[in-house]
Amino acid sequence: MEELEAIKDFLIESNENLARMDQELVEIEGRPGDQNLIASIFRTIHTIKGTCGFLGFGTLEAITHIAESILSQVRDGERELTPALVSLILESVDAVKEVLEVIERTGVEGDNEYLDVRDKLRQFCEQSEGVPSVVTETTTETVSPVPEPIVPPNTNTVARTDKPIDEAARPAVADSTIRVDVVLLDKLMNLVGELVLARNQVLQFTTQQDDAAFSATSQRLNLITSELQENVMKTRMQPIGVVWNKLPRIVRDLAASCRKQIQISMDGADTELDKTIIEAIKDPLTHIVRNSCDHGIEAPAARMRAGKSPAATLSLRAYHEGGHVNIEIADDGAGIDVEKVKARAVQRGLIRSEQAERMSEREAVRLVFLPGFSTADQVTSLSGRGVGMDVVKTNIEKIGGVVDLASRKGEGTTVKIKIPLTLAIIPGLVVTSGQERFVIPQVSLVELVRLEGEAARKQIERVQGAPVFRRRGNLLPLALLNEVLKVEASAGDADAVNIVILQAEDRQFGLVVDGISDTQEIVVKPLGKQLKGLTCYAGATIMGDGKVALILDVPGVAQLSGVLGENRGHTSTDSSKTPRAHDEKQSLLLFRAGQIDRLAVPLSLVARLEELPSARIEYATGKRVVQYRGQILPLISLTEHFGGREMDPRNGNEETPEVTQVIVFTDQDRRIGLEVDQILDIIEEHVTIRKAGSAADRYPALLGSAVVGQKVTDFLDLHAVIRLADETWFEQPDPRQRSVNILLADPNAFSRGLFRNELEMAGHRVFEAANETEVAERLAAEVIDVVVSAPVIHAKVSARLRSDPAIETIPVLSGGPDRADRNSADRETMLASIRRLAVMTASPNAEIPKEVVQ
Amino acid sequence: MTELTIDCESAASARGRRDSSRETAQKMAGERMQYATFHVAELFFGIEVLHVQEVLRHQTMTGVPLAPSVIEGLINLRGQIVTAVDLRRMLKTRIGSEASPMNIVVRGEDGPVSLLVDEIGDVIEMQSDTFERPPENMPAHLRAITSGIHKLEGRLLLVLDTERVLRTASKTSNSAIGESEVAV
Repeated sequence: MEELEAIKDFLIESNENLARMDQELVEIEGRPGDQNLIASIFRTIHTIKGTCGFLGFGTLEAITHIAESILSQVRDGERELTPALVSLILESVDAVKEVLEVIERTGVEGDNEYLDVRDKLRQFCEQSEGVPSVVTETTTETVSPVPEPIVPPNTNTVARTDKPIDEAARPAVADSTIRVDVVLLDKLMNLVGELVLARNQVLQFTTQQDDAAFSATSQRLNLITSELQENVMKTRMQPIGVVWNKLPRIVRDLAASCRKQIQISMDGADTELDKTIIEAIKDPLTHIVRNSCDHGIEAPAARMRAGKSPAATLSLRAYHEGGHVNIEIADDGAGIDVEKVKARAVQRGLIRSEQAERMSEREAVRLVFLPGFSTADQVTSLSGRGVGMDVVKTNIEKIGGVVDLASRKGEGTTVKIKIPLTLAIIPGLVVTSGQERFVIPQVSLVELVRLEGEAARKQIERVQGAPVFRRRGNLLPLALLNEVLKVEASAGDADAVNIVILQAEDRQFGLVVDGISDTQEIVVKPLGKQLKGLTCYAGATIMGDGKVALILDVPGVAQLSGVLGENRGHTSTDSSKTPRAHDEKQSLLLFRAGQIDRLAVPLSLVARLEELPSARIEYATGKRVVQYRGQILPLISLTEHFGGREMDPRNGNEETPEVTQVIVFTDQDRRIGLEVDQILDIIEEHVTIRKAGSAADRYPALLGSAVVGQKVTDFLDLHAVIRLADETWFEQPDPRQRSVNILLADPNAFSRGLFRNELEMAGHRVFEAANETEVAERLAAEVIDVVVSAPVIHAKVSARLRSDPAIETIPVLSGGPDRADRNSADRETMLASIRRLAVMTASPNAEIPKEVVQ
Repeated sequence: MTELTIDCESAASARGRRDSSRETAQKMAGERMQYATFHVAELFFGIEVLHVQEVLRHQTMTGVPLAPSVIEGLINLRGQIVTAVDLRRMLKTRIGSEASPMNIVVRGEDGPVSLLVDEIGDVIEMQSDTFERPPENMPAHLRAITSGIHKLEGRLLLVLDTERVLRTASKTSNSAIGESEVAV
């Protein structure tokens, strides 16, 4: 019994050591002189040998003994560590692993004595170090094309160790750690999950109680629970290096077999992840790396021809980001040939050829994720990678992760994986639909939008019944959760629409829900077999009040509602999607102004894009300004700055108001607007700006030029532009902050007056109008934040607003003053809506009063 | 009656490790069987106590949109999420509007499942010689989930096969996605 225990311990320890040794052996090829590495490798082999002898495993002992002898020569500087030698040692490590596996299965060593490996080792060992050429010949088949060590073959350079490190002097860390069964940890995790739920319930109680002692106690419980949860979760955490350790070996072997030179670099190997997730990403990661080596990276000759260094770099990067772990696997290989991928997809009938033509590069690259794209015969016929990428994607998505792929032809490919830290407890957004609450995993969440009043009706349009939402100029497909789930809408605020914008696969869509509550840490529980068929749920959880809530499966819901469609031509480009890649990709806003046809500015600097009628541009102390959200927005005409056109805005024609495109920039809480001729596009690019070209010299407001979207583009120097503006504009205090300008539209003067008093008491500025014509006049004359119209003229007022693009975005609240004096509940709601607007306009970041951007 | 918990463990030990399938029971004439009984509309059912985990009063239920109508919802059973299958719908009987059904939580392969029934009866002990296979003319949906009938005095006790009930429930669930209304 004791012996069995000993063997088990031996197996666990040896496997761990061997995994580390694999990596060390690969490392040592790059740094052949590193004494610490050699000592560590030697120690591992020595330990295994010692234990084998003790446990009576003869074969193992024989193999490790010879390997140890060779390594001791290396350690003592009597022998040089050549790639051939490393290969041989790796080979013997493989043999040791095989034997260990047999022992694990059967308890004994098995019949294979690995005489061939032993012979090779012995032969090697007996050779004196003076004849390394023979060595290379005997093991030709395992010689890798990895460059020979740069260290000259002078044994003197290999520093002699004073003494082999005594293995008795192992770090004391071993004494401070214990091995714990994973099952026990899982159990602990479950219990903590339960505790979190119970804590949530207690906290809910606390809000209904006045007892100070009770709330103090529950606060303490809250803190302790959170801390316990965190720590128990930590016990299950493992550094991603556990998986990565295996990759250098795989890469080395692959490089050897494909005759390529590949260096692997790893960054963030200590990034920690839940054990279950580590397990789940092991295979996908290996697969991606294999693909990179196999298909992505070119042969050294081809690389030289392309002007790259013959040795390719495969870089792995892992980092935490907002409750998630991002893993990037980037190579500097050939990249994906988009045309070939498209052709392949068309050939396989996955897309139609017209679709392929319309497809952007980004979308086309993602075709490799389609199931059915990858088949065995495709491996050789296509230089792109698609071998089992659908499987990779499915596996990552299974654990709530997202895979993305970016590739530039000739420059390489980057695969990005975003996965949650843990599966058991996740942050989620609680929404309501009908009578029920649902939880949306935070990982899929992009932003929240709340539309009120007329804006809701205006910004949501239907294309043959399919609802779409205009978000920053792009159409976003909408799904109504009530419709998707076929539940009846709850009788809530009919005037407000809550849109939860979600990321499903590579697309975004808006989910319209009845209400949005808050975010919570939830414990994911599986659904019974009876409900497994419902793809729209990912599980269930227990809420603070003890009731069950379903967790929505975002891709499932998207599929069910049909918002994803089949390879739609248009992907919404959004600044929030800018990949945080190390290759400096930027989202750029492209526009035209004056004599310069293509100008760019980083999208991250842009606060808003506005279309204003030129008639609204006014002059204050000779400068162009426009009234914008209750403030004076200074304008700088880039059109004029860059050579101008045949247009003098001073003669601006009132009857045919020409529209001016304005890019609004925010600097702290000051704003400035740039007038441009036309907004062209938003594009994601690598950018290298060169200070060249005559234009840059002629106009100080240009930084330089770069190639963006295959065209030469000039870059705007925003600071230089702002310097052109009079500094005093920025110092102007804002006169009417924190109050909302309300236009009351009601034919009934009495009821108007009544409501006006109330609103003014609440600190708002109130304007009045009796009919839609007056509304329009008022809107032209004043800066109005919100229109409150009586139901009798509501339709006319909103029609009037809709007809004018300048005032189209002003929210209209209906059912206003007319009802206000009769029904106090209505009035309360109205005041609350206005108060919310007031709060939003007061905060400098709230550019859009009717949108809550998270 | 708040929570009526049947002591299944002792029943189990009394019966030892013998196989509980009906076939075996039938062969062994004179074998005693304990059934937890309940009513669904005019029908009188029994489930072997071994399969019953507990009986609960009406619980707060969370509806599952898009699930077939036999799935009434989810309940929170001491931190465990349990699917509630409405036997009344499965048996296509009429549901009284005032009815707040009782839950019989049975042990399924995949964890506990709650069956919603109209009324709970007593635990009764039966001899296996009163057992008979379900008659041929019994409606198919009822035949599908009963393993047989015990002839009692003046009434019949239908023996519910819980595994088959659960299988039927998952089958309808997986085939009837999106079908929100099943004829009641």
